[in-house]
Amino acid sequence: MCDTCGCSADGGAVLRKPGESDYHVHVTLGTEKHTHSHAGEEPHDHDHGHNHHHHEGISRKIILEQDVLQQNNLLAERNRGYFEARNILALNFLSSPGSGKTSLLEKIIPLLQQRFPVAVIEGDQQTTNDADRIHALGVPVIQINTGSGCHLDALMVNRAVKELELQENSLLCIENVGNLVCPALFDLGEALKVVIISVTEGDDKPLKYPTMFHEADLCILNKIDLLPYVEFDVAKCRENAMRVNHHLEWFEVSVKTGEGLAAWQEWLEKRLIHH
Amino acid sequence: MSIAMSIVEAVDTQARVEGAVKVSGVDLLVGKLAGIEPDSLKFCFLAAAKGTLAEDAVLVIEQPEGIGECGECGMRFPVTFYYAECSECRSLRIKIVSGEEFLIQSITIEEEGE
Repeated sequence: MCDTCGCSADGGAVLRKPGESDYHVHVTLGTEKHTHSHAGEEPHDHDHGHNHHHHEGISRKIILEQDVLQQNNLLAERNRGYFEARNILALNFLSSPGSGKTSLLEKIIPLLQQRFPVAVIEGDQQTTNDADRIHALGVPVIQINTGSGCHLDALMVNRAVKELELQENSLLCIENVGNLVCPALFDLGEALKVVIISVTEGDDKPLKYPTMFHEADLCILNKIDLLPYVEFDVAKCRENAMRVNHHLEWFEVSVKTGEGLAAWQEWLEKRLIHH
Repeated sequence: MSIAMSIVEAVDTQARVEGAVKVSGVDLLVGKLAGIEPDSLKFCFLAAAKGTLAEDAVLVIEQPEGIGECGECGMRFPVTFYYAECSECRSLRIKIVSGEEFLIQSITIEEEGE
């Protein structure tokens, strides 16, 4: 149920913009999702007797060999093609809730903004809190509220991108819903996946959630200013991450103190120029 | 849940194209490394299939084993998760060659009898 217009989105995602309380777009596929369930009742439903003899019908096996995530993957590739054509570097930021995804963006965007246009897509189940924080930096941002959904998918990003008017040669940061499980399965069309963990989590996180770390291209360890106060073995965490994914690039930062951010900024700028 | 819904949608769409009145079986291939729990998928499928042609379909899930290939010595061996090491040379540079499949293999439909 959409609390702005009262219509039932049936758990579907809604796009919102900070400071524009009237603005909201429901994300749906071109074809209405539930038409088939109505069509399922044949008009001659009342033709009783008929239903009970179905076993006389002919049974036939059809080979599909269709990827379950095919629809998402096709749409993700369309997004990817659009990003490539316009030379937009799209990054998909993934982490548990509270690892510092939004804070990291708040810190890095002002450093990049002078040289590269930046836009942000924020994913959360509810509220525009994160989008409001990014909006305050003066960059274009759109909030996707997934409702009951626990991850972003390619369709949501496709719709959000249409609303964003992205510039060429720019950076698009997609902040996924805080969750280390499901978002790993859904390609959004991004160039790279960035997974963020913080030292207040366990250093065995890469082993506990290996799918996410296996899919990621880059891992950022955040909150290293807290290392003196927590039992977190950085070397061990890194080793665990590398066990799962030996291609993983690794950065250690403190968003709060700014430590380590310069190295990551340099990496990002290189990517923005050469991708 | 959204995965179960997309399976049901794909199955229902295909069944309609084929002129089915009912889907009696769905065969899935879910690799052991695909990141999908077959039991929760079965549970979600039941809910997602309500009111569609696949409502009474029997869901059969085949789970291929994970197989890794060592980037150093080329050895192929079974893996149960991503942080496997080569049983021959202990290298961690392992490429997953099987076990990540997530496919709808086939569906069994019932057509209108004469």
